[in-house]
Amino acid sequence: MKARVTVTLKSGILDPQGKAIEGALRSLGVAGVASVRQGKVFEIELEGGDRAQAEALLKQAADKLLANTVIENYRVEVLG
Amino acid sequence: MKAALLVFPGINRERDMARTLRLVSGQTPAMVWHAETALPAGTDLVVIPGGFSYGDYLRCGAIAARAPIMDAVRAFAAKGGLVLAVCNGFQIACEAGLLPGVLMRNAGLKFICRDIFLKVERSDTPFTRGYNAGQVIRVPTAHGEGNYAADADTIARLEGEGRVIFRYTSPDGTRDEAFNVNGSTNAIAGIVNGRGNVLGLMPHPENHVEQVIGATDGRGLFAGLVDHLAKAA
Repeated sequence: MKARVTVTLKSGILDPQGKAIEGALRSLGVAGVASVRQGKVFEIELEGGDRAQAEALLKQAADKLLANTVIENYRVEVLG
Repeated sequence: MKAALLVFPGINRERDMARTLRLVSGQTPAMVWHAETALPAGTDLVVIPGGFSYGDYLRCGAIAARAPIMDAVRAFAAKGGLVLAVCNGFQIACEAGLLPGVLMRNAGLKFICRDIFLKVERSDTPFTRGYNAGQVIRVPTAHGEGNYAADADTIARLEGEGRVIFRYTSPDGTRDEAFNVNGSTNAIAGIVNGRGNVLGLMPHPENHVEQVIGATDGRGLFAGLVDHLAKAA
């Protein structure tokens, strides 16, 4: 079973990398970009086929390691 | 002093730290590999040195903070044992929950590798008894992610409880954003935990302990620790 965990910075947390990318897009002439925030995507392959169990496992992975909840939010998706 | 110096894959400042501990205390620290589950018997100081543990993968310090030895370090700290966490060590201590907050990418996006000035906010801690409160010291810094951040409540608690121990300032100790090298909240360079026995700081006092290098401002931290531990024993 395939799954995805998306980790993003909480709003209000300064994201200098996102700012640098935003500036680079602007200097490349990509018009209409109001702001950029950088995050991370984890593509995870799971053993077993129970969705509820998978979601619980992904939440545990995110809480224990993938995200630092002081500064980051996360979203888990079981893609099937 | 019976220091235990933690070693993780990717750490590269452990030898400087070992040299300084030996030089100032006269005793050779134990090098403790991350896969160990216990600290050497009689350890009275745990040092988490700087470097790039696990290549800074995921987040700086995130993977090292979950290494087997860290359970023993948390138990040691919970009993009041002294922990000194420098640079990547500070990042590891935050990720391990030994200290609050997080170290983000430097506000200017650049890796900063040069001497900076630190104001010692308090001298009544085991880590700073070798200094006077308000003293300014010059020590090297070398990091890309030293921008200290925490939620507003945590910052207010750190300030209210006097837990900010080192701050980036001008050479005369003035708070000035021009000297806040990495954009840290309130120019915070070093903090202690609630009990005051865990210190994390970004700069490297261990690299300014010998006159041949040109400055010895970092020596007070280690001399103070030796003094504190000798009196406690």
